[in-house]
Amino acid sequence: MKKVKYDVVVLGGGAAGMGAIKGALSENVKTLLIEREASTGGVLNQCIHNGFGIHVFNQELSGPEYHEMYLEKLGTFDAMYETTVLKVDEKHNLLHAISKDGVYEIEYGALVLATGARERPFEALRISGTRPAGIFTAGLAQHFVNLENKLPGHKAVILGSGDIGLIMARRLTLEGVKVEGVYEIMPYQGGLTRNIVQCLDDFNIPLHLSTSVIKVHGKERLEGVTVAKFENGRPVEGSERFIECDTLVASVGLIPENDLVKEIVEIDLSEGAVVDDLMRTNIPNIFAAGNNVCIHDLVDFVTMEGEMAGKNAALVSKGEKLPERKAIIKEGNNVRILSTKYTTASQAFKLYLRVSKPMGTTALYLNDERIKVVPVAKPSEMIELTLDPSKYKMRGKVILSALEVGK
Amino acid sequence: MSDSKLNENGEKNSKIIEMTCIVCPIGCHLKVKVDEDGKFLSVTGNRCPRGAEYAKQEVTDPRRVLPTSVRVKNGELPLVSVRTESAIPKRLIFEAMKVVKSIEVEAPVKRGQVIVENLLDTGVNLIATRTVKKLT
Amino acid sequence: MKIAVIGSGIVGSLIAREFSKYDVEVELFEKLPDVGWGVTKANSGILHAGYDDEPGTMRAKYCAHGNEMYDKLAEELHFELKRIGSLVVAFTDDDVKILEDLLERGKKNGVKNLKILSRIEALEVEPNLSREIKAALYAPSAGIIAPWEVAQAAVENAVKNGAKLHLSTEVFNILESGRQYVVKTSKGEFVFDIVVNAAGLWADELAEKAGVKVTPLHPRRGEYILLDQPFLVKTVVFPTPSKAGKGILVLPTVHDTFLLGPTSEDLPPSEKENTSTTPEGISKIIKSVKKLVPSVNISKTIRTFAGLRPENDIKDFVLKREGNVMHVVATRSPGLTSAPAIAEDVVKTMFEGYNVRKKDDFDPYREPIKKVAEMSDEEREKLIEMNPAYGRVVCRCNKVTEGEIVEAIKHGARTLDGIKFRTTAMFGRCQGSFCTVKIMNIMKRELGTGFDEIRKNLPNSKVVDGDVR
Repeated sequence: MKKVKYDVVVLGGGAAGMGAIKGALSENVKTLLIEREASTGGVLNQCIHNGFGIHVFNQELSGPEYHEMYLEKLGTFDAMYETTVLKVDEKHNLLHAISKDGVYEIEYGALVLATGARERPFEALRISGTRPAGIFTAGLAQHFVNLENKLPGHKAVILGSGDIGLIMARRLTLEGVKVEGVYEIMPYQGGLTRNIVQCLDDFNIPLHLSTSVIKVHGKERLEGVTVAKFENGRPVEGSERFIECDTLVASVGLIPENDLVKEIVEIDLSEGAVVDDLMRTNIPNIFAAGNNVCIHDLVDFVTMEGEMAGKNAALVSKGEKLPERKAIIKEGNNVRILSTKYTTASQAFKLYLRVSKPMGTTALYLNDERIKVVPVAKPSEMIELTLDPSKYKMRGKVILSALEVGK
Repeated sequence: MSDSKLNENGEKNSKIIEMTCIVCPIGCHLKVKVDEDGKFLSVTGNRCPRGAEYAKQEVTDPRRVLPTSVRVKNGELPLVSVRTESAIPKRLIFEAMKVVKSIEVEAPVKRGQVIVENLLDTGVNLIATRTVKKLT
Repeated sequence: MKIAVIGSGIVGSLIAREFSKYDVEVELFEKLPDVGWGVTKANSGILHAGYDDEPGTMRAKYCAHGNEMYDKLAEELHFELKRIGSLVVAFTDDDVKILEDLLERGKKNGVKNLKILSRIEALEVEPNLSREIKAALYAPSAGIIAPWEVAQAAVENAVKNGAKLHLSTEVFNILESGRQYVVKTSKGEFVFDIVVNAAGLWADELAEKAGVKVTPLHPRRGEYILLDQPFLVKTVVFPTPSKAGKGILVLPTVHDTFLLGPTSEDLPPSEKENTSTTPEGISKIIKSVKKLVPSVNISKTIRTFAGLRPENDIKDFVLKREGNVMHVVATRSPGLTSAPAIAEDVVKTMFEGYNVRKKDDFDPYREPIKKVAEMSDEEREKLIEMNPAYGRVVCRCNKVTEGEIVEAIKHGARTLDGIKFRTTAMFGRCQGSFCTVKIMNIMKRELGTGFDEIRKNLPNSKVVDGDVR
């Protein structure tokens, strides 16, 4: 068994992990990246569409560009590729990992979890019918098309209006695949409006809200799906329609990936790692950043979180004592997701939230105090807040809520 | 989109076109005022100057960045991702795809490398958005 | 002497292996592209203790004995077997009476160590059980297996001992020809001295074609939910059985997930391929399981699926011999548990009157595919040093390495499902969204095929179709 020791170890080399490396290196500590793939970048490598880098690079880039440009900013760093951590032993600050070079025991001063998210597979939806070939998650379809040069099929239905599904609707259309439509069970879209415009509207691909697939047909390869209108979570009788297709692309949600640490780190109901405003988990030397904390809209914010997590991890590894948690932050009315669950009230910090339903002009409240008004609030679009403890009282319990104040 | 005819101060009839700005993922909700010939008059709802530019462009000559991929010969990957350096007229997207589908580049490919110069006389280059090393 | 076994489900594969112990030529015919893909692929995977079956039935004759035989089988064939025990849970006084009947019946059937637990004792064993329970029948000998793994292992071992496997070969008929039999298949005709029909859901139709009347079969559909909850139960938990059957249960799988189901729906004989799931079936499972184990978290669903069991009106196995042809029909529950005992009995019966010698060099052992996830660091170190592919994790959910995928291919996997059902890659919570491409690239390299030639399972189940550029 090979033994190595680093001040900061970053798990995962995607947008958050690269940020964490940068953050840690800025404090001049010995830093190691562990990545299960053969290179950094994570899902950025297959996201060839534009929309990345507006905050970090001040320009609009594709995923691969964002990845390479950020990598250039990073310079050289220690990394173990094609390496999988099988166990985190938080009591002894050890990771047990394997790679083609053997078994490793890696000691860390502080650990940054940047493990990203996984896609909810179609199979998890408990939809009726057969289980033929031709059913893909949007990410898998994207991988085939953009990295493997393979088409998933020739006539596709997209289930779910999440961003990757919308992006894939356009991508497949441009490659000659007939995209019959996008079906969304909720009465509102799952992805960014920008993607509805440039991925669906531009190509006359219909978006069917309150509609979902209720049955899969085909024994060997997919032959079609039955869709139906939904009301109150149930299919409306008589609204069923059969659609012939050989491909079903499911974009039905991302789930924070914390399988490795689920018994160690506090995890919330949406499976995200619970962190404070320093990106610290319940374990003082374990930090988390990016989509394994909560699902973000913008990669830029993921990287920025990573940078902060890396920097704070470095400070902890140097023996510095970070401020303690002073308040718990809770989801109040109409708020579904919070990126930060605790605050140390030691500095102004950014927090991202998602509302639980589409609203018009919406006021955001910290306890009883109105702190921001946004012209429109949608569950699909994160709202960014800067919370300054010198302005707002942050002790005990802080409740963030949203209230529609105008259409 | 909702139209509303207005007649203010003896101006020509103008109308408001509502749209979502797609310059960046924030997606500002824009209200664009155009005259009855569709000529751009003004915009509200944008958070940055690029939003105003977008609104003007969108009502006169809508443009899009085209992200796609091009076949690579002797590369570590079969494809290299590419995009137009800036937005090209929306109406040319499918024609541009025909060009994209017809070409092949030889590895190695560098990020930023111009794959097609002045794509369809738009004055916009098609550039590689990643590095593809030569297959060894 | 030449022997044909038709069907590579749990029954056919164990019969083929049993024959391969003797100095005879064995050929195994399977309609599908891989072994164990029929009834065997989608059932609860339980080794029943044997208290359910009324004395005097074929089920009672084979179940408890078959159960006992599994320990040795698992040792020889190296498949996963966990003796986790089962609980039949009573909610009413009437249920408790049924438990007492089951206890008595179990004793008659030779089931060992059965006992009725009080409410408190049962809750100690299974803290997640409903507080409403009154008592439970505990059967420590109940176990769980992955049924397809047993079929794979038995076939591999039979082949190792000289048996010949014909995949994708459908048997149309068995015709008497003098003192021998002509087996007509989709790949030509073969002549045998002894034929065993273990064609699962189609065993009745094949028997009929061969001129033997047996009670007809119909498919009984069972829908399931596979769940990824951290902890739910540690034993197989049944409700008290009713006339409709053993009911909808909750059990751990050998892969540390949980299985909820099955429903029990009789379909017409024309629907022997109808493995569709239904909204009614899935709702029924959820409702029943919530009653048994209220803390079940359905949002942790990995997938839902349905299997078909071969059912007949007499609800019992039929072993019918005509000349030197044996038809093994209606191996419904507890067919899986009974299979080793049936296999032993069938072979013994068919060899009666013949002077057949056991092979001196029969090798009972089958080398399993290694499981890096279950090894110690020392074992991993050694293995990776020998072959670095065992250090490359391909399936992140179940931690399956490239070495294991390559091994699965060497063990006969030719499709994604072939790999899935040998390694558990693509079996986990991501359902292959991360690892499918990697696995296809390994298949491409190892088998020298293109992505377009790779199938999910059956011949028309293309995974991708054509190039982008």
